Amino acid sequence: MKKIKALDIYYRELNDSIDNEIKTDKSIMLTDVFGQRYIGRGLPQGVKIKIQGTPGNDMAVYMDGAEIEVFGNVQDAVGNTMNSGKIIVHGRCGDTLGYAMRGGEIYIEGNVGYRVGIHMKEYKKMKPLIVVGGKAGDFLGEYMAGGAIILLALDLAKDEEIVGRFCGTGIHGGKIYINGKVDKYKFGKEIEKVSLDKEDIVFLKRHIDLYSKFFKKDLLHLKIESFSKYAAVNKNPYANMYCAN
Amino acid sequence: MLKEGESRIPSGCAISGIIDKKGKRFNGEEIIKSIALMHERSNGLGGGFAAYGIYPQYKELYSFHIFYDNLSIKTQVEDFLAKHFEIESAGNIPTKSVPNIEDQPLIWRYFVYPKIYMSKKEVIDEDEFTFRCVIKINREYKGAYIFSSGKNMGAFKGVGYPEDIGEFFMLDRYEAYMWTAHGRFPTNTPGWWGGAHPFTMLNWSVVHNGEISSYDANRHFVEMFGYKCTLQTDTEVITYLFDLLIRKHKMPMDKALKAVASPFWDDIERESKEIQNELKSIRIVYSSALINGPFSIILGCQKGMIALNDRIKLRSMVIAEKGDRTYVASEESAIRIICDNPDRVWSPRGGEAVIALLEGENK
Repeated sequence: MKKIKALDIYYRELNDSIDNEIKTDKSIMLTDVFGQRYIGRGLPQGVKIKIQGTPGNDMAVYMDGAEIEVFGNVQDAVGNTMNSGKIIVHGRCGDTLGYAMRGGEIYIEGNVGYRVGIHMKEYKKMKPLIVVGGKAGDFLGEYMAGGAIILLALDLAKDEEIVGRFCGTGIHGGKIYINGKVDKYKFGKEIEKVSLDKEDIVFLKRHIDLYSKFFKKDLLHLKIESFSKYAAVNKNPYANMYCAN
Repeated sequence: MLKEGESRIPSGCAISGIIDKKGKRFNGEEIIKSIALMHERSNGLGGGFAAYGIYPQYKELYSFHIFYDNLSIKTQVEDFLAKHFEIESAGNIPTKSVPNIEDQPLIWRYFVYPKIYMSKKEVIDEDEFTFRCVIKINREYKGAYIFSSGKNMGAFKGVGYPEDIGEFFMLDRYEAYMWTAHGRFPTNTPGWWGGAHPFTMLNWSVVHNGEISSYDANRHFVEMFGYKCTLQTDTEVITYLFDLLIRKHKMPMDKALKAVASPFWDDIERESKEIQNELKSIRIVYSSALINGPFSIILGCQKGMIALNDRIKLRSMVIAEKGDRTYVASEESAIRIICDNPDRVWSPRGGEAVIALLEGENK
């Protein structure tokens, strides 16, 4: 595995040198990362990047199959329009995680910021997934059109809110699973609570297991019954906005 | 070179701030390093710093930092200053030549004491007297601009990337207990020396990432109280709003914050009757002080630092604490580059102010 010390390297040079390295060795370790943007942009299947430090905005933008594991926190717009691949973050995350994400999986150990999963979408077999260990800010799943978000809400203090306001505003596809009770006023009017079916239970169990494996956490105490599922009230709410069709 | 509006460089402003709550002073190297890390968020058309605690030898005096376009306006302004203030000391603000910083105005500094007896018509205090003089000069003396007017604090700003501006003003030679910084990406107005952040009035300073869509409503409101927005930029009005609410109307800081980033009506409805009444009163009386639009700001004052996002958090902001220090920045990496292993890192919610004051001060 090739090691690159990223301290003081300008983001363009850093990303160029990653492009260069993967021609010979597809596994790379970046250390001392401080805010360099676009790490992993568009990278294909087979590439594996481990990151120590705080990668900058738009990490894994347009990523196309690569895997990134971050030992630290990440900033805004991680997984922006990501196509496929996997991201594991041993830490917290800023705003707009998984912005317009089209496929692939993202696992965040801790809390996430505002507008997570905004404009996520799915098409046939491509179904993006975001799993969050902690809590989420306002506008979770805003304008969501597909894929799934799982909010585990682990280890929260009593006064901490699982999710902020305006959850699922404008949603017209996809699913949000939340562990714990959330007041109704926090949701947008386009989203509603629906019951968990067998498929949901299998899906949740599988990804909870993966979360506990990635972050070496014992989650046997988690009860599937305490999860609620939320989905769009109407699959095509804007169809008649400008003309009846 | 393409003029503003003819080219577009995608970017967004950067802000950063550090306070030592015990009041221990440190030089400008760390804040420069922090703001420089977010180079990508600026475009070289504005950078600046506010530093608190830098003039302990003159802490009873107002320090004016002034840009002059030419010597003739300098003479006129100095005539005015001599009439209205005892000038304890005057001189150039020391700068050094830095490759990317050019076309600088004349940059002068004065330590002054107001001749308050000059005000014959009404009884006003020193702050109000000084405030009126600053507004008068910025409004009526074309080619002169007082960009800093507080006590024991100062703003340093100009056209350029913030790290170059910091080097230009040699901020490694100043020691402050609190620093804020800004890297600018002007979106609506030309980049000029006076238009860089921070914007200050007396001891207030504001650095701001975002855009104030309520600018005109806010401007009309403050102008009813004698303020004059002279800089064609939205951040200026935020500074005046805080000066008006806290200095003139004597609102407690936490209440003033509820006026500029007030809770939504339906959130208010879920509060207890008592809190409802208070929040409703603030929203009604100060409806024109509500700041709308995407913003994250760091407000500096003598007591300390306040960081605030718009209510639906359309700009990013991260806070960290370590020991006696509180850090604020647009990006977490800009904190970590100057602070190993912070005790705590978090993003406050939209509209939720983070208040980091000097020990012994209250909100």
